[in-house]
Amino acid sequence: VTPALRSSEIPADPRLRADVAEYCLRLGDDRLVLGHRLSEWCGHAPILEEDIALTNIALDLLGQATTCLEIAAALERSERSADALAFLRDVRQFRNALLAEQPNGDFAATIVRQFLFDAAASPLLAALTGSSFAPLARLATRAAKETAYHLRHSRTWLVRLGDGTAKSQRRAQRAVDELWAYAGELLAADDLTARLHAAGVLPDLAPIREHVAADIAAALHEATLRAPAVEPPSLTGGRSGLHSEHLGRLLDEMQILPRSHPGARW
Amino acid sequence: MRTGDLAADAQGPLWEVFAQERPGAPHEHVGSLHAPDAAIALQHARDVYARRGPVISLWVVESAHIVASSPDDAGPFFDPADDKAYRHPQFYKIPRAVRL
Repeated sequence: VTPALRSSEIPADPRLRADVAEYCLRLGDDRLVLGHRLSEWCGHAPILEEDIALTNIALDLLGQATTCLEIAAALERSERSADALAFLRDVRQFRNALLAEQPNGDFAATIVRQFLFDAAASPLLAALTGSSFAPLARLATRAAKETAYHLRHSRTWLVRLGDGTAKSQRRAQRAVDELWAYAGELLAADDLTARLHAAGVLPDLAPIREHVAADIAAALHEATLRAPAVEPPSLTGGRSGLHSEHLGRLLDEMQILPRSHPGARW
Repeated sequence: MRTGDLAADAQGPLWEVFAQERPGAPHEHVGSLHAPDAAIALQHARDVYARRGPVISLWVVESAHIVASSPDDAGPFFDPADDKAYRHPQFYKIPRAVRL
C-alpha cells in the first residue's frame, strides 16, 4: 500500500506545510462529516438498492477522508494520528463546510445536499490531479473517479425527484430552497486558497466555480426546479470552525466509542 | 421527461442484471433488482453487483421482457435431449492440429 504521504514530500517551508495541512483538513472533514451523515441512512433508505448505493458513497467518502487526514496528520509532525484528528477534535476544530453537516431530512434533502456537494467536488478533484503537491494529486486521481460516479447518482435522482410526482417535486424544491445558501462555501476563496494557488497546490477556483454554477443551473432546469434568488455564498463559517448546532450532535455519536474507551482496539 | 408515478409502486419494476467479467466473456446473469427506470436500474446494478469487481460491462433488462419456459414445458422441452448421445460431437476424430 502506498502511504498517503512520503516524508520526502513534506514541504520544507513551514508556512506552506501548515497551509497544505489546513486545506487537507477542509477536504477531509467535508468527507468525514458527509460520509457519516450518509451512513445514517444504512438500513433506512427508501429501497434496498438505494440503501446500498448511499452506503457505497459513504464508504468512498470515508476512504477519501482517511487519506486527507493521514496527509494532514503527517504534515503536522505531531503524535496526532488521522484517527485522533477524526475522533478527538471538538466541534470548533472541524473545518468542514456547513453543507456537509446538515441533517439528512427526507430522501430529497439528502439527494439535493449530495448533488450540491458532488457538483462542486467532482471538477475540483479533477483539477487537483494536477496539483504540485503530489500526495494531493494522487488522492485526487483516485477520488475523481469515485466522485464522478457520485455526481451521476445524485444528478440522476435530482432529475427523477424534481421532474417526478407533485409530491417529490415539492419536497425536492423545498430541499433546494433550504440548502441553496450552503452551496457556495465549498469552493469559496480566501487567503489560504489564494496562497495555495500561488504555490501551485490548488487550481484557480474562479473558473471551477463558474463551471459548477452552470452545471447546477442546467441540472435544476432539467429537474424542473428553480434556483432561489439568493446568490451563494451566503452561509459560511465552517472553514473557521463556526458550525451549526447539528455538527455537535453528529460528533457526539461518531466519537463516543473512542472517547469512552481511549486507545481501545478491536 | 416524466418518470412514472413513484408513489404508486415505490420500488419500481423488477430488472435482471447481467455482468461481464473480462473482454470476450459472456454476460452472465448475476441477480435482479428494483428500479423505476433503465438509467437507475443500471446505477443500482453497478452499486449492488459491481462494487466488489471484477466487472467490465453490465446489462439490465426489465424482467417482464424475458420470455421464459414454464415448468410444465420441462418434459417436452428438455427430456428428449437426455437419450440422444449422437447429438454430441464426441464421435468425431479431432485432428491433432486443431486440439487446444
